[in-house]
Amino acid sequence: MADYEVPETHEFPIIPSIMEGAMAHSSPFVAGEEFQSDMGFPSPEEPGQLIDGWHEKFLELMKDKLSKYRSLQVFMDICVKCGACTDKCHYFIGTADPKNMPVARQDLLRKVYRRYFTFAGKYFPKLVGAVDLTEDVIHQMYSYYHQCSECRRCAVFCPFGIDTAEVTMAARDMLAQIGMGQKYSNQIIPKVHKIGNNLGLPEPALADTLEGLEEEVEDDIGVKVRFPLDEKGAEILMVTPSADFFAEPHIDGLIGYGKVFHAAGVTWTLSSKASEAANFGLFIGNYEHMRQISLRIRDAAKELGVKRIIFGECGHAWRVAYNHLNTLAGPWDFLDQNYPIPQHILEFTKDCLDRGILNIDKSENDHMTLTFHDSCNIARASRIGDTPGSQFTTPREVIQAVCNNYHDMSQDTIFDQTFCCGGGGGLLTDDLMELRIKGALPRMEALKNVSKDHGVTHMAAICAICKSQFTKVLPYYGMTMDQIVSVHQLVSNAIILEGQGEEAEDSDDTDDEAA
Amino acid sequence: MNTLSILYIFLFYVAMIALVAGIINKLLQYKRVPAPLKIAVTPAPLTKPGVVYRFFTEVVLFNSLFRATKWTWIFSFLFHASLLLAFFRHLRYVISPDSFIWPLVNNLVVQSFGHYAGFTMLIGLLGLLARRIFVDRVRYISSPSDYLMLLLILGIAGSGLSIVYVSHTDIVQLKAFIMGLFYFDWQNLPSDTLLLAHVTMVLFLALIFPVSKLLHAPGLFMAPTRYQLDNPREKRHLSEWGAELEKDGRNS
Ligand code: HEM
Ligand code: SF4
Ligand code: SF4
Repeated sequence: MADYEVPETHEFPIIPSIMEGAMAHSSPFVAGEEFQSDMGFPSPEEPGQLIDGWHEKFLELMKDKLSKYRSLQVFMDICVKCGACTDKCHYFIGTADPKNMPVARQDLLRKVYRRYFTFAGKYFPKLVGAVDLTEDVIHQMYSYYHQCSECRRCAVFCPFGIDTAEVTMAARDMLAQIGMGQKYSNQIIPKVHKIGNNLGLPEPALADTLEGLEEEVEDDIGVKVRFPLDEKGAEILMVTPSADFFAEPHIDGLIGYGKVFHAAGVTWTLSSKASEAANFGLFIGNYEHMRQISLRIRDAAKELGVKRIIFGECGHAWRVAYNHLNTLAGPWDFLDQNYPIPQHILEFTKDCLDRGILNIDKSENDHMTLTFHDSCNIARASRIGDTPGSQFTTPREVIQAVCNNYHDMSQDTIFDQTFCCGGGGGLLTDDLMELRIKGALPRMEALKNVSKDHGVTHMAAICAICKSQFTKVLPYYGMTMDQIVSVHQLVSNAIILEGQGEEAEDSDDTDDEAA
Repeated sequence: MNTLSILYIFLFYVAMIALVAGIINKLLQYKRVPAPLKIAVTPAPLTKPGVVYRFFTEVVLFNSLFRATKWTWIFSFLFHASLLLAFFRHLRYVISPDSFIWPLVNNLVVQSFGHYAGFTMLIGLLGLLARRIFVDRVRYISSPSDYLMLLLILGIAGSGLSIVYVSHTDIVQLKAFIMGLFYFDWQNLPSDTLLLAHVTMVLFLALIFPVSKLLHAPGLFMAPTRYQLDNPREKRHLSEWGAELEKDGRNS
């Protein structure tokens, strides 16, 4: 564990006094020429420089964005600097750097907008805080637009619904197009285009992994649960984050999906072409890349002849799938219209539980007391279920249907006020470790407090990024990496498949009704 | 007619045209720019009446602000509610006593509430100003224009109250002046300093409205995060430029 200064947690959240420049040094690696060109972005002649004519180019790009995104145009104009958002960002709370206050983050771009696109800024720049576009401004943008996880917590509290994530996405795309793309995202996206997933895991390796998984599960419970790949004619195409294929605790979630499908008696398949639910096109604010990544799923669904599409546990992937799959890769008229397109795995599992077709032994999870981390993209940018807010209740109902011990974290850190894990939005990279640790503060604090007060031992999540991020940062806060679990891991633990472990007859299912 | 009045008649027309044309121009611009993606901040309404209700809670109750910070909410609500009441009270200067809405405006309730609104507005504005000066986070994000905006409105409220309490103006003549603007039958404006100060600041406020953060009032209704329905799975959302990309045939 590398050495980082870890912020202190408290019994009650503390809003820090501002410390200017506290995170000015934080910047992710800039993408080198090969990754930039893979993405269709330009590179400067000398590394670390900007491309020729960057100044005009940036302003042109900005004009273009302002004419294509109503959100950006409106948000640039209507902020009244009321300050309601200033203490809402986990990166501000964890770092005290005032440029991590959402409005200050927006202002990095807004000051330039005002200078070149508004009457007041053109003629009275000092009065309205407009600034010239300089190289220094570009570097500040690069730094601070990569200290935003696009989590939208600020947007919940802004009286005008100004979503800093929209500004961050626009800014990142413009930066990439003047030669300042982020290495982490720009390295990953071409792999999805070329190979099918963020890891660059080719079809044979994936088939191998899934085969191994089938054996492992069979050894464990004595039932052959299938994890099919590229099986034509299956009813359901399952699209899941590639971390589910190998990372802990993600893979336990994948086993859970397999068991639920098995118990429900449906046919399903993964696709090697669409072996990734993640869509980093969202993070870098690039519509075209986001569309191309989404279109893989359309192609796979057509090739395999499936009737339904279900997404696995991943926050931003679900945001893109729920909101944008129809826009970017629709229309979906060739799928079965009796099911939501796309559907979330929790919707599927919840339905199975409601219909009573799963055999559940809750006591299998009795060694844990659970809490649930609402992923930002699911909480504030999508829905799971039929009614507004069912994205909060559905996962909790599923957890409580398979676990006896459950307790929520403090009210102002859950539901639509949930705090980002600290690693979302394209920041889940080692070169941003300090930021990730500090940004996790509010969530870690809430977890510690609920552990202390209610004996919570584990936190369940439904996002691949959250799971990876927590595995990494929990130890910095004096907890252990295995305290983060997948929701479908809990389902997997509790579900009893037909023919499974005949000898282990239930002895203690009397208090099943507790939840 | 005196020169001063001619000057103010001119300023009135300029400011009103700038205000109305400026706002319309901005709204048309917002309408022209498409929202290519579904970005409603959820939980979001599933139906149009739901969206109306969402805006009701935001515009009338400042719901999000309330959830964010109670102090700012109190001062802001005081200020805006007072602004609205003051607005109603001022209607009697622009409505003819023959009009059928006159009784709605010229009654004890509107007039006395409007009266006290001057004081509550001052309290609200001073609270907002204090927050801007003393809370380090808000100070950090403030530009000179943010303070000046508050001072300008404080000036308007202060001069308005002074006209009522310190030195009255010739209300009959003022009303004649304003009605004259409507009917192009121009009259003299009373020339006491307080009134001129009040009117000048109001005209300036109208003039800068469409080029300042005051755009928040109309712009609020144009934020896709708030007005969009939560129905992306049920209804395909596609912008014109998004549709243009589909000419590559990949969506068929
Ligand atoms: C649709 C009507 C309106 C709504 C819903 C609305 C709402 C808000 C909200 C929520 C704030 C943020 C909180 C605050 O800082 O006070 C604000 C600020 C402000 N509003 Fe409005 N407003 C409206 C109309 C107006 C109008 C017509 C004016 C014109 C004078 C105005 C002047 C201001 C000013 C000056 C501020 C900034 C206060 C500060 O500096 O702290 N508002 N408004
Ligand atoms: S979107 Fe999230 S990370 Fe970005 S500024 Fe807002 S609260 Fe902070
Ligand atoms: S809450 Fe909204 S209006 Fe207020 S300062 Fe933040 S972004 Fe601006």
